[in-house]
This record gives sequence, C-alpha cells and structure tokens, in this order.
Amino acid sequence: MKRTFGLVPAIALATVLFGGAAEAQTIKIGVNEPLTGAFAASGTYVVNGARIAADEINAKGGILGKKIELVIEDNKSNPTEAAAVAEKLITSDKVPVLMGAWGSSLTLAVMPKLMEYETAMVVETSSSGKITTTGNPFIFRISPPSAVEAAAFKGIVDKLALKKVDFLVINNDWGRGTAEDFSKMMKDKGISVGLVETMDQGAQDMSAQLSKIKSSESETVIVTTAVDQLTLIFKQAAALGLKKRIITTGGSQNPDQIIAQAGAAANGTMHLTTFLPWFPDKTPNPEATNYFISEWKKRGFEFAGCTESFRGYDGIRTVAAAIEKAGKAEPAAIKAAFWDIKVKGLNGDIVFRKSGPEGKESGQSQPNVYLIEINDGKVEMKTL
Amino acid sequence: MNEFLQHLVNMLVLGGTYALLGIGLTLIFGIMNVVNFTHGVLYTFGAYVMFIVVQQLGLNFFLALPVAVLAGWLLGALIELTLLRPLRGSDIDTTMLVMIGAWIAMQSGTLWIWGGVAKSVATPFPDAPLVLGPVSVSWLRLFVLAAAALLILVTYLLINRTSLGRAMRATFQDQDTASLMGVNVDLIYTSTFAIGSSLAAAAGALLGPVYVIFPQMGDLAAVKAFAIVILGGLGNITGAVIGGFILALAEELGAGYVSSGYRDAMGFLIIIAVLIFRPTGLFARAERVG
Repeated sequence: MKRTFGLVPAIALATVLFGGAAEAQTIKIGVNEPLTGAFAASGTYVVNGARIAADEINAKGGILGKKIELVIEDNKSNPTEAAAVAEKLITSDKVPVLMGAWGSSLTLAVMPKLMEYETAMVVETSSSGKITTTGNPFIFRISPPSAVEAAAFKGIVDKLALKKVDFLVINNDWGRGTAEDFSKMMKDKGISVGLVETMDQGAQDMSAQLSKIKSSESETVIVTTAVDQLTLIFKQAAALGLKKRIITTGGSQNPDQIIAQAGAAANGTMHLTTFLPWFPDKTPNPEATNYFISEWKKRGFEFAGCTESFRGYDGIRTVAAAIEKAGKAEPAAIKAAFWDIKVKGLNGDIVFRKSGPEGKESGQSQPNVYLIEINDGKVEMKTL
Repeated sequence: MNEFLQHLVNMLVLGGTYALLGIGLTLIFGIMNVVNFTHGVLYTFGAYVMFIVVQQLGLNFFLALPVAVLAGWLLGALIELTLLRPLRGSDIDTTMLVMIGAWIAMQSGTLWIWGGVAKSVATPFPDAPLVLGPVSVSWLRLFVLAAAALLILVTYLLINRTSLGRAMRATFQDQDTASLMGVNVDLIYTSTFAIGSSLAAAAGALLGPVYVIFPQMGDLAAVKAFAIVILGGLGNITGAVIGGFILALAEELGAGYVSSGYRDAMGFLIIIAVLIFRPTGLFARAERVG
C-alpha cells in the first residue's frame, strides 16, 4: 500500500546515472508534499499551483538561462516519510532548494534534515509557531503562523460578540498550536475558553466530539483541520443538530468545496483564509491573481482548490526569485539570497524578516489574513 | 444526561457498521483459517463501486448497493480462485504474505486509477436530521444501521438455516469428514471467501457515502475489524456483532468523557485487557460457526 512510489526513486536514480547531460540543463527544485493520505487533496492542489508557476517561469525563458524542473515527491501525510523524502531529494536528486511540506508536523520532521544537509526550504502552508522560533536558519516561511492569524482575528471578536468558545482541532502540531495561540488571544480579550477537543488526522467520525460540544455552554466553535475532515465535521454537526457558530482557521478550508459537499450546513460559517480568489480585485496583486485563476481554470482544476494552490504558486516563484538573485543554483548561495528578495505574491509582498533565536533566525514573511463568511451558498468578505 | 443519550445513539449507529465490518473477517478466519489482509481493500472497493455507479453512471443509490455487494462477491471469488486455492495446505506465513501482497497491489491500483483525493457520493436522504427530543441522528446513518442489521441477519440465516451453511459449518468442524460426506470443500472455500468479501464491500458501500472515499480508507477500517474479531473471539459471528458494539461504546464514551485525543486508543486498551484476561476473546471460539 505504501510502495506505490518505490519505482519513482529508482527511475530518478536512473535519470541521475544516465542523464547527466540533461541534468545540467535544468535547475531542480525539490517539492515535498502530501499526495496521498489524510492531506492528499490539499497537497495535490499545492503541487498543481507549483506547476503553474514553473510553466510560467519556463515560458519566459527560465532562470539563469536554464529551465526549472520540479522534482515532486509524495510524503504520504506522514512525518517519517516527509523526512525521508527530503533526504532523498537532497542527496539523490541533488536539489539545491526545497519547498514543503504542507503540514506543521511534516515540516517539523523535515527541519533537522535541512540542518544536516544545509539546504533551505520555503514553507508554503504550515502554521505552527514552532517552525520559525526554534532556530532553524534554513526555513523561509510564506504562510502565516497561527499567532498572526489569532492577532488578525483579534479585531473582529468584539464585533462578533464572542463570549465563550470551544475548540475542535486536529491532533498534531498545527491543531494544538492553533488552539494554544487562539486561546491566549481570547483570554486577553476576556472571552472564556471551554472545551478543547482533538481528532486524529485520519479520523472520519467526529460525532463523539461534536456531541460533547453540542451540550457545552459555548456559542462558538473554532475548528482547525484540512478540507476533507472539515467537510465531514460540517455534515456530522448538521446531523447532530449542532447550532453553534463555526469559525475555521488555517487557510486549508477550500470554502467552495465545503459549500458543494456540506450544502446548507455551511451557511453562516466563517473562515480565516489567506487568499481571496472570489474577489481578485481586492487582493494585493490583482493582475497576478487574475492570471493565476485563469490558468488554474484553463487546466481544468476545480475552483475550490485555488485557496490552497496559490501557496504552491507563490512558493515556487519565491524559490525562483532566490535562485535568480543568488546567480547560481547552489544551496548556500540560494539560502543567503532569500534575505534579499521581494516577490509580489498573490497575498501581498513576500519579504523575509528574521524570526527566532539570534544568530540562527528563520525567515518569516507577513502575509495577509482575511475573514470570509458563507451565506446562501456564497462567499462574502468580512472586514477584520 | 442529554449528552449521554446522544452518545448512546451515536454508539448504536457506529456499532452496527463495526459489526458488519467484523463478521466478514471472522467468517473467513473461522472457516478457512486465513487471515484476510485484503478485507480493508475490499471495503474500499465497495465504496468505489458506489462512487462509479452513483456519481459516474448516474444510477440510483439503492440500485448501487446490491451492485457493490455483487462486485465484492465476484472479486472475493476471484481472489480465492487465483491466490488462495493454489496455496491451500501451504503454511500460514506464505498465505499471509500473499494476502499482504494482494492488499498492497490492490490499494496501489486504486490510487493509480482514482488518485489520492477523496471523493464523495450523493445520497437521496434529506440533509436535515431526525430530531427526537435532545437526540439527533441523520437519516442516512439510520438507513445504514438498518441495512447493516439486515445483512447481519441474512448472514446468520445463511449459515444456520441453509444447506450451504450446513456444509460450511461441517467444513469448519472437520474438513476431511465433510469431504467424505460429499461436501465439495473447494466450493465451500470459494463461497466462504466470496461471502466474507461481499460483506466487506457492503460495509464500504454503506459507509463510503457517510464519510468520504479515498484509497487508504480501508486501512483504518481493517484495523477496527481485526480489533472487533479479537474482541469477539476468532470465528465467532455473534461475538463479532457484540464486539462491534463494545468497540463503538468504548470509543464514544472514551471520547465523550475521558479525552478525544485518545479516542482510538480506548478500543485498543480494551483489546489488551481482553487478551490478558481472556486470550480467546470475550466469547470463546465456538465449536462451530454461527
């Protein structure tokens, strides 16, 4: 069951051994994403977004006179696999830079490998605070940490008149980190925090947790997980007659998929996202956003995936900018160049600022965060 | 109290599906002494048949269910004829390795054809749940519970009230004597594996629309099925049904009153306890199936 991609390393090895000439003509970028397992939907969207960026760059002549080549590997939504995939990409494919690994637990598992092989990675999705605060100088993150999401959300809690909230979060670094950062912000605002319920990343039946939340005194539930589990939660919450306000975080909700699959159950729910494909004109970079969305549609992908796939698009463009700035496709030069780039991302300018312990800071960009609400099956923007 | 009632209702709908998952596995083990590692993929297979028939061919939901059961039956018969029959009499390790190989091959095949992204199946049931006082339950889950109960009953009657069932039980007790009495043992083995497989496919066909459908969905289901079979005693159908409800109860109450982070651990804690105190299962292996 987990051997599907056993052939891929073998083919890759053969390519390295017999294809020396071809190798010199391209610049490789390692992509470490979950294409199977619990986060398959999200990881696949990110990879498709990354492909759009690579094709766009290559159509314009590539970088440093060479085409870029994405070496895409499946980390199977499993931290152990994520670390193994990173090692394989660096040692066997000889990629000078990586993008990955979607989930916080996956990224955290890859981080020691980056230190070991001194290779930088652009983190496109993960939101656990730990990633940029533990002192790994090879990390450059373009997604918002959950504390940034919580801070952005702070402005609206009075408007929503929140009094008591429960949490239902995925039981990993992402979910637990979000519960922690949001609880802290809520308590500062005088909002009481009730239940903090967790669910396994592969769990399909959350009825027990939702039944418990149904009989609690809170009026709002903050939910953090990826789209497939969210869909199940909306359906199961509706089946249990749970009538509380639901707010999701993390930017991996794909609201259109929720509308399509959960139907009326999605009405009145709010979602913290990091991209506004519904309102290209309200994004920081409308022209690029429109290009990306039209290209996404042209390739026949579902519109719902846009909120996730733009991360892959921005991630690869960030990597390409760093390679161009470095002037050569070498790990140390690329790592140094990340500090000097400014990329017009679909969600604001990507500029890395130092984060974490002095002397070994990680890079963190400051993306925008938006709150949207689903009403009558349509996405509406709320002002934060 | 209201919360407890809701947990009990959840337990009933979950337990029914767990029981259905368990009986197919325990039947095959009891009669054939084969640990069926393809149980989970057959479950996945049933779910994908639903997806194909309902979403891609646009046919009726209720028509798709028997199609999935029949497809599971045929695939099971095929596995028995091509993989298990040539291995009859070889040691259990060989059979197990071949079955693990079949599991990996079939799961990879599913991934290859359908990709890793989850699919969902539309159902004819209303979105609004049935509300009875403080308790709510979705119509789909109620239908699944009823269908599971029906399938369990049919299986029970098949084994205890038909001549095929009598031949199956005879084979289970003593293969050589059964053979001398004119029982076609080869046919019994193929039928047993096909019936067990169709039950796994039926469980997948019923639960696929409740949850989402993806290539690895059978892994968790198979782990639960093994747990249920160990709880109920290997080869014991009544035990598997009760085991299914015990596991569901442990998960519901564990998540509801202890900690949701340990939801899946609860079931396994019970299994460890059962293995320590009653190593043959809560309901000791019956002398005959049924």
